[in-house]
Amino acid sequence: MNDFQPILTKHVGQPGSATLDYYLIHEGYQAARQAIHEMTSDAVIQVVKDSGLQGRGGAGFPTGVKWSFIPRNSRKPKYLINNADESEPGTFKDRLLINHNPHQVIEGMIIASKAIDCHLAFIYIRGEFVKEARLLETALEECRANHMLGKGIFGSNFDLDILVHRGAGAYICGEETGLIESLEGKRGWPRIKPPFPAIEGYLKSPTVVNNVETLANLPHIILNGADWFRAIGASHDSPGPKLYCLSGHVKKPGVYEAPSGIELTELIYELAGGIKDDRRLKAVIPGGSSSPVLTASEIDGLKMDYPSVKAAGSMLGSAGIMVLDETTDMVQVCYNLARFYAHESCGQCTPCREGTTWLTKILRRFTQGQGRREDLDLILEVTDNIGGLIDFSLGSYGKTICPFGEAVAWPVRAFVQKFRNEFMDYLVEDAVA
Amino acid sequence: MSFAFTPERKRLFKELVKRYPDKRSVTLPALHLAQEQEGYLGRETIEALARMLGSAPSTLMDTVSFYTMFTTRPRGKYLLQVCQTLACSLAGADQVVDHISKRHQIKVGETTPDGKFTLLKVECLGSCGTAPVVQINDDYYERLTLDKVDRILDKLA
Ligand SMILES: Cc1cc2nc3c(=O)[nH]c(=O)nc-3n(C[C@H](O)[C@H](O)[C@H](O)COP(=O)(O)O)c2cc1C
Ligand code: SF4
Ligand code: FES
Repeated sequence: MNDFQPILTKHVGQPGSATLDYYLIHEGYQAARQAIHEMTSDAVIQVVKDSGLQGRGGAGFPTGVKWSFIPRNSRKPKYLINNADESEPGTFKDRLLINHNPHQVIEGMIIASKAIDCHLAFIYIRGEFVKEARLLETALEECRANHMLGKGIFGSNFDLDILVHRGAGAYICGEETGLIESLEGKRGWPRIKPPFPAIEGYLKSPTVVNNVETLANLPHIILNGADWFRAIGASHDSPGPKLYCLSGHVKKPGVYEAPSGIELTELIYELAGGIKDDRRLKAVIPGGSSSPVLTASEIDGLKMDYPSVKAAGSMLGSAGIMVLDETTDMVQVCYNLARFYAHESCGQCTPCREGTTWLTKILRRFTQGQGRREDLDLILEVTDNIGGLIDFSLGSYGKTICPFGEAVAWPVRAFVQKFRNEFMDYLVEDAVA
Repeated sequence: MSFAFTPERKRLFKELVKRYPDKRSVTLPALHLAQEQEGYLGRETIEALARMLGSAPSTLMDTVSFYTMFTTRPRGKYLLQVCQTLACSLAGADQVVDHISKRHQIKVGETTPDGKFTLLKVECLGSCGTAPVVQINDDYYERLTLDKVDRILDKLA
């Protein structure tokens, strides 16, 4: 970590960093030029495969592999969608990348478009990010005016345009098929898979959905090569620079760029300055609200890369790290998140719709001191009903259409199992006794 | 009251229809354009947009009702949306809501009688590192304290 220099956030805070002029004098668009003029699609896919880049949207799926699922000889148009929905509680990294360096993200999109032979790409950005959407529009206009987008970009015969598409307030539109439905002008109801978007996505055409941060890595991989990227971080299998979002009870909340696999304790105690008011740590939610909570003792020596966090029984997910100190009421935390999921369930699957509502009701009862002993088992039963096996990188999502079911079931279960005592304190009979 | 885009917005809408590969995909952008202009999406607006997009009003309404940012009723001039999700809640979002509620004598979901402020609780705004957060129309106000809330609202009043 000591000699690590930020890569993705190198220009954050520099005056003018969002402008094309600034970007061009800092190696900007050299990688895109190279990909368009000197590389075949296969070569782009290969270098990204070799780099070991894993998608930063939550699932950690290998990016080059995802691209290779796009049928090469299909006569349908192919679409790239940049997922800038950033709606997972605890996550605020994509907004930073867009605000400070929108051209890095756009350059990544040009490279990905070359890889999958896409000529119209979208940035699906959450509706609340009004300023960020405008900033992207301005950056895209700069590109169009300089023949870096439009017909024959960089003087080649490759056409590409990019449209900014604003969402309108719905967490589930971050899920890639919910996003695609939303882009098509419908409610954001996730689709049953298969078919996967690579075969039938937007307008039934082959589609790749990639996260903002994933795309921002691409110019660097093209310029510096796969081996360079592989060598960054603690694990050869899960390499690269990574943005970690620290929030909750830390002295210096914010986005920190570090090599993948940095220890969680280093992030909390060194980069983020330690626990607020020098209290003791109780627990950490390591990868956005959908990742199961870890207790203070479980994070000892934990490396923050996809396989390591998974091995610890949680997920790196969106790297939204929420730090909870010893004063935190875990029943309230659990209730707050259950309420979020009940509000955001799209309502398509009965176990998810009913289950999240039910969990919220039971947990609210607890927070009001009206919990009953049997409720604890009831909570576990309901979570079992909503979601079975969790593995965001696999296609099978158990009992619901999309992984949202697991995203609520697993965290709630972890709270109840790991902090059972705190739930017991809220039981109604104990209050009376 | 019938609905029509202003000439500038009409131009924008036509431009979008040209750029997107199909018309229905222009739904969300068109709804945003209309709501920015009118403040809300009334029945006439929905009907007119449905005609422009070539879909049935009921189909369009189905989409509108799914998204929290779209509203079919007028809201206050300033929409105060306080994030209530975990990071903001840990940082005192409830007190922010109570404070605004008392200050303007409105409950969550209500609008002040002068039509100035509407208070809403919303879910994670993607700004958890600077909690607690309120979005007022297009702008985020972060690291709120009750004093800061007063100063912001004083400026708007
Ligand atoms: C409920 C839910 C919400 C999600 N929200 C987001 C999001 O806000 N941003 C994002 O990039 N990915 C989100 N994802 C993951 C996307 O479905 C998809 O896997 C990702 O955008 C792919 O990009 P990547 O391969 O670059 O990681 C979400 C997934 C689920 C199940
Ligand atoms: S699991 Fe929940 S959010 Fe996902 S499709 Fe089913 S109801 Fe919708
Ligand atoms: S929890 Fe409020 S912005 Fe994320």
